[in-house]
Amino acid sequence: MLIYTVKRFGMALLVMLAVSVVTFTLLRLSGDPAAAMAGESATAEDIEYVRKHYGFDRPLAVQYWDWGANALRGDFGVSIYLKQPVAQIILDKAPVTMKLGGIALTFALVLSIPLGVLAAMRPNTLTDRTALTIAVIGQAFPSFFFALILIYLFGVALRWLPITGTDTWLHYVMPAVTLGYYATPAIMRLTRAGMIEVLGSDYIRTARAKGMLPGIVLFKHALRNAIIPVVSLSAVQLGFMLGGSIVIETIFSMHGIGRLAWQSIQRSDFEMMQAIVLTIACFYIVLTFLADVLNAFLDPKIRVH
Amino acid sequence: MAINRPFNRLPTASEILEPSPAALMRRRAFSHYGFIFGGGFLLFIVVIALAAPLIATHDPYDQNLAQRLIPPVWQEKGSWEYPLGTDGYGRGYLSRTIYGAQVSLLIGLTVMLISGVIGTAMGVVAGYFGGRVDMIITFIITTRLAMPAILVALAVVALIGSSMTVVIWVLGLLIWDRFAVVMRSTTQQIRNLDYIAAAEAAGCSTLRILLTEILPNVFNALIVVATLEIAHAVLLEAALSFLGLGVQPPTPSWGLMISEGKGHMFFKPWLIAIPGVSLFVMILCINLMGDGIRDVTAPENRN
Repeated sequence: MLIYTVKRFGMALLVMLAVSVVTFTLLRLSGDPAAAMAGESATAEDIEYVRKHYGFDRPLAVQYWDWGANALRGDFGVSIYLKQPVAQIILDKAPVTMKLGGIALTFALVLSIPLGVLAAMRPNTLTDRTALTIAVIGQAFPSFFFALILIYLFGVALRWLPITGTDTWLHYVMPAVTLGYYATPAIMRLTRAGMIEVLGSDYIRTARAKGMLPGIVLFKHALRNAIIPVVSLSAVQLGFMLGGSIVIETIFSMHGIGRLAWQSIQRSDFEMMQAIVLTIACFYIVLTFLADVLNAFLDPKIRVH
Repeated sequence: MAINRPFNRLPTASEILEPSPAALMRRRAFSHYGFIFGGGFLLFIVVIALAAPLIATHDPYDQNLAQRLIPPVWQEKGSWEYPLGTDGYGRGYLSRTIYGAQVSLLIGLTVMLISGVIGTAMGVVAGYFGGRVDMIITFIITTRLAMPAILVALAVVALIGSSMTVVIWVLGLLIWDRFAVVMRSTTQQIRNLDYIAAAEAAGCSTLRILLTEILPNVFNALIVVATLEIAHAVLLEAALSFLGLGVQPPTPSWGLMISEGKGHMFFKPWLIAIPGVSLFVMILCINLMGDGIRDVTAPENRN
């Protein structure tokens, strides 16, 4: 168990390093940080001056090394636009996105796990087909369109929920639903498949034969075993949600990392873009690492390979 | 054999022999409701998109400021001249929707091809060679999975400058991960089968084995993933266009139409409803068709 954890941790670090290299290279190759910093009305001489002054004319590898050395010390550079340390800005905005992701995932789990269990208890019946249809329809809606529909229905027509900002928990409802419903089909299908498999196994039959109440059989035995792959999938989906929050946060004007990313992209704020991609990748890597370790803990067969 | 034999005449060959695998598959395909509905409607959409110049009543780029924001024909002020109404510049919405289908399908297919080639090559090579090659390729896939695709796509397109070509290449070079993962596991499943060993023993070159033995046998899984990735590409392009970093105006893209219409959304909901529903229908059909192909060719992968 310990060796497995250490190996996975080492892998996680390597992936993080690779992500930072790829992102850095991609950004620097796509655009010119000197031009971005110099501004729109800069002349060619101004841009050259900025380039020399900030060292953008050095080879990419040297620039990356510099960035990396600073990053390890927690200094992710200064935002070109906001003139403040990038790390501080991200830390300020992170809680909003974390809250959004957490609520969205909770919504997804609360919706999809019962649906999946219900569908598994009556496979190939109307209940099952309805649940699968909900899943298929859910995957076909573009998230921004769904968000606009929700805004129109609940924000304007019915006036039940507030649309922009993050002042109260009610402000999180529509964004979380929009973000979370996209993960619902995958989690529902996985729960359903896992439950169908587990419900057909011998130990469940034994439990029923012993006369255990169906409710206890379902929750204490079946669901517990079927839920293991769902844990991994939830971690992965949470990672995707953090990445997908850029669209949702922009539509609902929430001041989280997603909207910050969008603003940085519009302003060509290189340091910020690099740091945000790395932050989100870091969350994804940590989440999948934790999911792997939890999986190995729950299911010893995984540790062997 | 449980085949009904005619009692009053000699049976014909097709009544004695078991149906061929191709015939069985055809039977399964045409009795699968999702496949029929999804594939059929998608065919309808493709035909409309191809026949756009013949069907569209107006030029989708033709601005007519006197005719702005006319509602669709089923509302009070609508007329049959602009059956789906007009947008903020007076362009006919029916024509823009039809031409938008062209854009979506074009982008979906090209991105699928690019990412398919990259992902399949990586997956098959990783699955076939195993060992160190597999480790390296898996590392590359994991790295790509850790990066938030839409963020990176937005950043790169914003820096390079957005156009249809840039969008297609950036998306194509970014979303090959599903192809790679599925192709890798499918190749691993057939890697150790006898006919591969036989081909190696007969002295076939590696390239030949990959092309003539492995590819045809992973083809079923490939088609399923390819179909689902078309839908993925269409969704991503719509999101990019919605944020203003995809296809540039005045090209009609459904995501762009939603973005342009959202300012008028509260009093003129058709401006976002029509492209939104079009996107929904297209993605639904593609997903249904993909699920249908998977159920028909490899029902054991259904879950």
